[in-house]
Amino acid sequence: MVHDLLIAPFTEFEFMRRALAGVVALSLAGAPIGVFLMLRRMSLVGDAMAHAILPGAAIGFLLSGLNLFAMTFGGLIAGFAVAILSGVVARNTELKEDAALATFYLASLALGVTIVSMRGTNIDLLHVLFGNILALDDQTLLVIAFNATVTLLTMAIIYRPLVVECVDPVFLRTVSRAGAPTHLVFMALVVINLVNGFHALGPLLAVGLMILPAGIARFWSRDITGMIAVAVVSAALSGYVGLVLSYHAGVPSGPAIILMAAGLYVVSVLFGSVGGLLRQWFPGRHLEA
Amino acid sequence: MSAQLQFRNVTLGYDRHPAVHHLAGEVAKGALLAVVGPNGAGKSTLFRGIVGLLKPLSGAIERGGLGIRDIAFLPQSADIDRSFPLSVFDFVAMGLWRDAGAFGGIRARRRERVQQALAAVGLTGFERRAIGTLSGGQMQRMLFARLMLQDARLIVLDEPFNAVDAKTSADLLHLVEHWHAEGRTVLAALHDMDLVRNHFPQTLLLARGAVAWGDTAQVLTPDNLIAARQMCEAFDDEAAACAAETASARAA
Repeated sequence: MVHDLLIAPFTEFEFMRRALAGVVALSLAGAPIGVFLMLRRMSLVGDAMAHAILPGAAIGFLLSGLNLFAMTFGGLIAGFAVAILSGVVARNTELKEDAALATFYLASLALGVTIVSMRGTNIDLLHVLFGNILALDDQTLLVIAFNATVTLLTMAIIYRPLVVECVDPVFLRTVSRAGAPTHLVFMALVVINLVNGFHALGPLLAVGLMILPAGIARFWSRDITGMIAVAVVSAALSGYVGLVLSYHAGVPSGPAIILMAAGLYVVSVLFGSVGGLLRQWFPGRHLEA
Repeated sequence: MSAQLQFRNVTLGYDRHPAVHHLAGEVAKGALLAVVGPNGAGKSTLFRGIVGLLKPLSGAIERGGLGIRDIAFLPQSADIDRSFPLSVFDFVAMGLWRDAGAFGGIRARRRERVQQALAAVGLTGFERRAIGTLSGGQMQRMLFARLMLQDARLIVLDEPFNAVDAKTSADLLHLVEHWHAEGRTVLAALHDMDLVRNHFPQTLLLARGAVAWGDTAQVLTPDNLIAARQMCEAFDDEAAACAAETASARAA
């Protein structure tokens, strides 16, 4: 019974195994990035950049259909362009970075949908907007795994300057010149992971597997290392439960995964050991010291 | 004694508006110098220039051959994201950057140094506490522990005793005097004149430019302090280009 419910979908169907492998790879790399996005108060920036990737991927689609490399490449170029442009606009005009990004992402979404509609069917549009984690082929899975590996290795290299830059940017500037390059590399990792999530979940939900686990982690750990661990586990768990749910209930898998993450988030807000609502309402008797 | 810092007619400011105007002079190696002046006198701006966070609008600051890692800076603590989930131990360990860099491991010997620094500022037992849970005084002690680990030749403190109680400021002042005894050069921006008179041999009275600079007793006279208080806080978008600057450019 339990076997049928939880394990059989994956032993019986290869597409389910691929989906699981994909979502685990996305969790391993995306969740740590999400934690830093949240701690840098850039959660919405991640969301905006996810939208911005759409027209790039759409142009890839326009030129060569649902081709993995054309769409990945297009998405990467668009993502980097928006990251750099919004930074330039924010630095050189009175507009703050969030306002600049809001403009870019609204325009990007409109442009992306227009471009896909010019050539594709509504099915294509759905595929481009929401991805299809149940249709990952070998190539796509390899690209996702490769990007996740690159992300983890790069994070290991920039980890210390990244943490110091978050906590005390002035200190980092007084001991090292690593601050600006670290920020740029981090933004590049954000783009790479958004494009990575794009194939499985689409640009609109890709950011969900980064930001929601980060939000969950905040309620369970006071320490950055612990937060990253909680985020990775909760992302992978959402992926697994979401896939099982979509298999048995016949709901679309991408949204099921994100809804599972959202459910975990609600549970964490209520019961989290660090600042959860229950803890606040029933703190217990105060301590001696 | 040779100079640790030389100000060569330096002007520092933001967006072409000077905050420190044509400062010239030098700080000897091993000096313990108080920088005193009203709000807006340019103390923080001068410090940002010294540690290399701000490029001079004109003139130059010579640092006696020190690289940026040989200079330790205590900014006003508002610059720190206290909500970041980091422990006191890890925060203080940042001070090992010069030694360990971006990749060096923090093993037994370095952990021991962090423990010693925490003990020196009276924060033993706080290692695992999140930085966000510290009081103002504990925060300042933690920042001093990080400064100790930086082991810098030149230490620049921007209002180090602001908003801390008498005991904490006495403890921290003791550390400052210890650094001075070790031959390090220490600069501190301060507002408490009694503290300056009692503990700092030299003072720079700043009000955009130097009102007076030298032995503390000679600098902190009533006349000088009144002169500093009358400093003009002029900020004029229509101001003409600095005349002294134009003249020196013409001469060159």
